[in-house]
Amino acid sequence: MFKHLASILRRGLIATAFLWAVPTTADKALNMPVGVTELSVKIYDLHMLIFWVCVAIALVVFAAMIYSIVTFRKSRGARAATTLTHSTRVEIVWSIVPLIILVLMAVPAARTLIDIEDTSGSELSIKVTGYQWKWHYEYLDRGVSFFSTLAESSNAARQLGSGIDPNTVPNYLLDVDNPLVIPAGTKVRLLVTANDVIHSWWVPDFGMKKDAIPGFVNEMWIKVAPEKTGLYRGQCAELCGRDHGFMPIVVDVMSKEDFTAWLAAQQEAARQAAMPTAAEPIATSEAPVAAAIAQTN
Amino acid sequence: MSSYSQTSSSHAEGAHAHHDEKPTGIKRWLFTTNHKDIGTLYLLFSCVMFFVGGAMAMVIRAELFQPGLQVVDPGFFNTLTTMHALIMIFGAVMPAWVGLANWMIPMQLGAPDMALPRMNNYSFWILPFAFTLLLLTLVTPGGGPASGWTLYPPLSLQAGDSLPLTIFAIHLMGASSIMGAINIVVTIMNMRMKGMSLLHMPLFCWTWLITAYLLLAVMPVLAAAVTMLLTDHFFGTTFFSAAGGGDPVMFQHIFWFFGHPEVYILILPAFGIVSEVIPTFSRKPLFGYGAMVYVSASIAFLSFVVWAHHMFTVGMPLAGQLFFMLSTMLIAVPTGVKVFNWTATMWKGSLSFEPPMLFALAFLFLFTIGGFSGLMLAIVPADFQYHDTYFVVAHFHYVLVPGAIFGIMAGVYYWLPKWTGHMYDMTLGKWHFWLSAIFVNVLFFPQHFLGLAGMPRRIPDYATQFADWNWWSSVGAFGFGLAQLLFPYVIWKCVKGGAKATDDVWEGSHGLEWLLPSPPPYHSWSEPPQVSWKEEWGEFDPHVAEAK
Repeated sequence: MFKHLASILRRGLIATAFLWAVPTTADKALNMPVGVTELSVKIYDLHMLIFWVCVAIALVVFAAMIYSIVTFRKSRGARAATTLTHSTRVEIVWSIVPLIILVLMAVPAARTLIDIEDTSGSELSIKVTGYQWKWHYEYLDRGVSFFSTLAESSNAARQLGSGIDPNTVPNYLLDVDNPLVIPAGTKVRLLVTANDVIHSWWVPDFGMKKDAIPGFVNEMWIKVAPEKTGLYRGQCAELCGRDHGFMPIVVDVMSKEDFTAWLAAQQEAARQAAMPTAAEPIATSEAPVAAAIAQTN
Repeated sequence: MSSYSQTSSSHAEGAHAHHDEKPTGIKRWLFTTNHKDIGTLYLLFSCVMFFVGGAMAMVIRAELFQPGLQVVDPGFFNTLTTMHALIMIFGAVMPAWVGLANWMIPMQLGAPDMALPRMNNYSFWILPFAFTLLLLTLVTPGGGPASGWTLYPPLSLQAGDSLPLTIFAIHLMGASSIMGAINIVVTIMNMRMKGMSLLHMPLFCWTWLITAYLLLAVMPVLAAAVTMLLTDHFFGTTFFSAAGGGDPVMFQHIFWFFGHPEVYILILPAFGIVSEVIPTFSRKPLFGYGAMVYVSASIAFLSFVVWAHHMFTVGMPLAGQLFFMLSTMLIAVPTGVKVFNWTATMWKGSLSFEPPMLFALAFLFLFTIGGFSGLMLAIVPADFQYHDTYFVVAHFHYVLVPGAIFGIMAGVYYWLPKWTGHMYDMTLGKWHFWLSAIFVNVLFFPQHFLGLAGMPRRIPDYATQFADWNWWSSVGAFGFGLAQLLFPYVIWKCVKGGAKATDDVWEGSHGLEWLLPSPPPYHSWSEPPQVSWKEEWGEFDPHVAEAK
């Protein structure tokens, strides 16, 4: 009981702290993660910039409102200044000042956006295809491709009335059988598409999401900082049907050497798997999607 | 201030008392062409839908109370989120605005009724059928629509028998809205009392006039979009299928060309109500009346050129993303002017805090918070993180619940004594306000944290790190839901009886509706108000006041 109360208190305190001191208490549960890619850091900085601009404006506006509510009360004998109905000068000021603030915010936003859209110079391209309800990854020109679905432990626990406590399942709903593997310190281009309905590929630590649209191929790029190897988790972010909440994304970011070794092992495995039957090309089922790649942005 | 209403209301009573007969029983309501009856029907319908949509929200929050699936199947969960949105938008908020417009616009303009009374009757009676169709989808094979209220293809085309029923229901709602909008435009343009120019109109009439034009412009666009879904599904067209040369993203463009003006349709009348309530309870004219009219119109105009900010992640060209980011940010300027003007109206006023004012003040604070998160969402790179997360859910609920719905509540608490002739229970009204205002924040504020921390929207179950704030959000939801039960109770009690309301009801009220008796006769202003604009308004005439 006390423990519960304490945790309620703690949550309240953290929430209050968020309002006053975000950078120092940047708890993941409250704020956007800074992330591990070049872009995610820029996006986080932009987010914090707009956040503080909004806080500053809010302080001024809410202070004026609260001051009015406290001071100009009828119960305190306040009498209305009924002729105070208009002031061209004031109205011009409070139209122009926000406009200037907006322009100042738009400049860094536009800069970051231009960086985001620049997918040139990538060293590795991976085609990401959304299915109901799993992801498929294909390392273009590397001969490696596989599906990635919700881990069995999560899948068992998430059934209606399963009786399994989600807290006992490691990385509940954020775990997959085959994670996407990418090298750190490398500009990786993702070609995002879908096979059935619209999905959206999102790993918060990589700073952004991109819709996976059947018949179209969208591009995004990620470059994880060399020292930030490890597992990163995300989810499908566009409603895609019954099991939309159950098609997570896990990305294993390896050092360049580990990645090269991993890729070689996968290529070897793929070659051996293809050996007994007469070399069938990989992923024939995606022919229509592959055909669409050529015609898009 | 109060002296003029007394003299002119006794005049009004004399003029109207002798022809106040009305039909009785069910026929009165089925065949009515009276703007007050139709207004009442709209408001009752809206109230029923508010609780139906609210019950769905309660189930949604019950499922999200803790991680794991305990209450509903994931497919049905999607149906609940879809239906909750459709019912709240088209069934609760829009009919409430039309109901308030029906009641108040003729009374505020000095007009005897709406311009097109029979069409008024049709536009209401379409709605119960439309929503019966929509709710019937719950028992069709395949269940109700489960693709979100945005109905994005290809997902929406995977629906079972619910698809045509949903589309027909949307067509009916659209027809109802268009008729209601035509009626309001015609009434405002033709039936203002002599001497009342457009720029003399109360702000509620103004914002509704602008809203009506928005409705006329975009409801046909929604009709076109859903009709294309229908032909894609049943008649082999491929508007939205890449396999046939179509484009699923085109649907999103068409939908949001309707959808963004639609969100202003939901909020503009609230701007009007707040612009009436704050001056009344500040005992001071609205600051910058002219500016308020012009910024309302510019917000409406801008709403047509910002639609793609709902779909930054679909992969638009850079120039497109920049354009929609800048146009969206621009909306902050007129919206800011509104907030500043409301604040300036309170400045050096003489404030009192009856329930309408309390709801208007909560609107002022909380809608502004929703505006800030809206500004954050406009920044494209940051939106790549926020998009389709609970941050968005928090944003639009802040502008729709303590925004639009608190606006409706402010309006109802403002005019209820006028409608019924009784004062309502102020203490209960204040309880309703404080419980709503506290729980609405417990409900929606933590959703900002959830979204930033990475929880996608429209999921029935979530990773365990999201458990804490979801627990809080659900507790807030249950509290908010229960608190709303007070609302119909206060209204019912007020209809039944209570202290007699004076004609002008509130000390600071001004406008033609307050010249009528409380309750107003069944047919009000069947003779135009015998008031001279200048004499009656005096310092409250914006033009006179500006000249000083």
